[in-house]
Amino acid sequence: MSTAILEAPSAPVAPTSPEAPVADKLTKKMLTADHPTWCPGCGDFAVLAAFYKVLEKLQYPHEKIVCVAGIGCSSRFPYFVNSHGIHFIHGRALPLATGISLSRPDVHVFVFGGDGDGFSIGGNHLNHAARKNIKLTYVIMDNYVYGLTKKQTSPTSPQGFKSKTDPIGSIDRPINPMKQLLASGATFIARTHAMQVKHMMDIFERAILHDGFSVVECLSECVMFYAGSFDDSMPRKGGVYELIDETQHDVTDDVSAFKLADLPSPGKFGVFYDVDRPTKNAMEQRWIDDTQAKQAGTRHKDILKKRLEAMR
Amino acid sequence: MSTVTAPAPSITTLRNAVIRLAGNSQDGIQSIGGFLARLAGRTAKDVMTYMTIPSTISGGPSIFQLHLGSGEVLHTGDESDVLVVFYQHSYDDHLHALKDGGICYYDSGEVTELKTERGIHHIGIPFTQATIEAVGGSSRDRGKNMFVLGLLCAIFRLDKDKLVGIVSRQFGKKDESILRNALLAFDAGYAYPVGDIGSFTFEEGEHKDEHRLSTDGNTLMTMGLIAAGVRYGSAYPITPWSPIMEILRAELPKYGGMYVQAEDELSAVSMTIGAAYSGHLAVTGSAGPGLSLKMEALSYASMAEIPLIVINVQRGGPSTGLPTSVEQSDLLQAIYGSHGDCPRIVLAPKDVEDCFYIALEAGKLAREYSCPVIILSDQALSSRIEAFTEPDLDKHWVEPGLDLAERPADFKPYALESVTRHAPPGAKMASGRYPHVTGLEHDEWGHPSGNPKMHQKMTDKRRNKLVELSNKLPLPEIYGDTEGDVLLIGWGSTYGPIKESVNRLRSEGHKVGSTHLRHLHPMPAHLDTMFAKYKHIVVVELNDRGIYGYGQLAMLLRASLADPKIQSVCKTDGLTFRIREIVTGVEKIMTTK
Repeated sequence: MSTAILEAPSAPVAPTSPEAPVADKLTKKMLTADHPTWCPGCGDFAVLAAFYKVLEKLQYPHEKIVCVAGIGCSSRFPYFVNSHGIHFIHGRALPLATGISLSRPDVHVFVFGGDGDGFSIGGNHLNHAARKNIKLTYVIMDNYVYGLTKKQTSPTSPQGFKSKTDPIGSIDRPINPMKQLLASGATFIARTHAMQVKHMMDIFERAILHDGFSVVECLSECVMFYAGSFDDSMPRKGGVYELIDETQHDVTDDVSAFKLADLPSPGKFGVFYDVDRPTKNAMEQRWIDDTQAKQAGTRHKDILKKRLEAMR
Repeated sequence: MSTVTAPAPSITTLRNAVIRLAGNSQDGIQSIGGFLARLAGRTAKDVMTYMTIPSTISGGPSIFQLHLGSGEVLHTGDESDVLVVFYQHSYDDHLHALKDGGICYYDSGEVTELKTERGIHHIGIPFTQATIEAVGGSSRDRGKNMFVLGLLCAIFRLDKDKLVGIVSRQFGKKDESILRNALLAFDAGYAYPVGDIGSFTFEEGEHKDEHRLSTDGNTLMTMGLIAAGVRYGSAYPITPWSPIMEILRAELPKYGGMYVQAEDELSAVSMTIGAAYSGHLAVTGSAGPGLSLKMEALSYASMAEIPLIVINVQRGGPSTGLPTSVEQSDLLQAIYGSHGDCPRIVLAPKDVEDCFYIALEAGKLAREYSCPVIILSDQALSSRIEAFTEPDLDKHWVEPGLDLAERPADFKPYALESVTRHAPPGAKMASGRYPHVTGLEHDEWGHPSGNPKMHQKMTDKRRNKLVELSNKLPLPEIYGDTEGDVLLIGWGSTYGPIKESVNRLRSEGHKVGSTHLRHLHPMPAHLDTMFAKYKHIVVVELNDRGIYGYGQLAMLLRASLADPKIQSVCKTDGLTFRIREIVTGVEKIMTTK
């Protein structure tokens, strides 16, 4: 066991990119933590299982995985993953994760949350994390309802949905997550379904490997407070699960992505948008590197000394 | 001006002088005030400045006041010895601030209606016209501040070479013609015949220390943060905090760090907590309105035991209030502003120099106690310039490190028997079990726990570390009499004026001392032993005396010590304390029984 303290030579963080997979095999067993507190039948179980499997495939070093969440049923996620995890306040998981991502380029940041956390109380942060293209992956488990607080209207609840805060049925127009994300400037936007495990895993893997802000809306049914919400996209309930055909849809074309997002429920599933744009992480690091290069190895203490001497 | 000797008929020697410049914010009076303050630092003198700035975009009436002295300067001056006015409105608004028999230099092209009162000497000089004549071209009245600087240099027989050097260094960064014009205007002012009022000279400065710096509180606070090892953080712009985030944004890349502008105050504090959770010493900051917005996340940081520095450059009033005025009305918000019992440390620097050391201490305490540390600065301290001894970086520099060492098998993120030391992402766990950091009440491993006994134990753990700090803090020093009639208590930027008030009260024969609390939460234990030696304890602070008659610190002291001797001298006019306001307030308390 090493007790050494890593002294960063010039920067407090050695600005390395996430490490390559290592030989020490990461297994689902190693990643399993507390038994989830979700209700039996909750869609989130499948999301968790898919996440384990993708991590098993990607084989990142165990200690470099960080799970972040805000508040909500799905935001309990980090407790169920045996990795570095931080459970934050309602709606602010993304800025917290931004702080981790920007200051620690050596770790992999995963953010989990629900529709309330992401689109309502944290809506502003989603727009800004997306436009800044922060390097992280955000999975929004969308159940169209507030579950933890026992059935209030959510920003994605369809009009007419009866809840404790809308006894006559929801009045407000729900947001369209795909359209909102497209407008925000996110560089990887996809939609999947908790009951489609194979598809969900494929989408998660692509999202994680994307170099930038990747966001996945994952429909995940709340069996307690909005049972049947996604029946129209579940083949075994008589619905249709239609995938985006990427030979027909250009994922770099935001206008056609916007049109896809306009399809009536249940819409299509898959990658709506996927482009390469420099991340804030990379651009900030370039500034740091350029600045450091100009100083030609001057010790940090001496830089501050000179700054103070200029006040003489 | 306290006159000492008169060596020649036309030259009066001074120990100190207060100069007030009054104009509009776009006239550049802040720049020339800054030049004079820097000159003071370079000529072994002491200085304290005071400025007002309009909170409007297009500018408006503005003043810059300097108190220059050969000895110690503790306040910005109740009234000025010399008033320089650029406009009629400046004259009308500020003549009252000139002492009886003082000298008023006015722009004779602008000020036409003069009042003959209180033996004030008026000297009209066409600042604007003379500047235009000196500089020529189409520069119009730009540069009249430099004309006035030259004028003051001549009147006070200041070190012209050093002053020109300071000006040249500042303007030299810009293009050559700007420096040339500035110096032309300066020379015109320097050579302008001011008539038979005579000139002044300062006694030799007493501050002989080798390296003396002069700057403002915000700038020095930022330098302190860098020295303390801060490399990351995030903030949202707000007056008067913004200069700190602007300097951090520009400076941190030199140190391998990064300072990020967030979309709002909630995001700013959250990003900063993210960087702190990642193992860095991180800082966020704001003014009162922004601190209010950060409160939920600060409660989280107490609960999750995240080390963090938060700076609040206080301004005036509730709500948007007075963005460019001073007040100390965020003390209770800083200590108690969040929901739940969430212990955190609150500190306040006493002067510009102390901004450096308080930042260092905040970094040390945040790490040691793994909790948020709030620094309460204020608008006056943030913008005023003082001269002070250069900090010894070899002694104070903290090299930041990221502790990614593997944590031993018995590691627990929230061990009950010790202060929390988080394992940042990237640290391996010998046990194979990874820690969860959380704002839910939790057990020692970071699992959510609603167990009543566990909540009590964790509440004790979070509180007791601050009880321990309180017991470790030394009693603050006493200035003046260590027993007697009155002990004045202050916190924050009122340090100098309170000390000067003690001088005045003692010179009137009262037995008076003062003490200054830099640690406001927790406070040092056993303050009551100090208080027992005085008849009155008077807490001097820039906040409202409230419906029960006590300012915010006074209320806390009364609540914790239950001592009815504790009284308040408070005000909230958005201005710093005048010495006579404190002295009068204290005298009133001494005489009422």
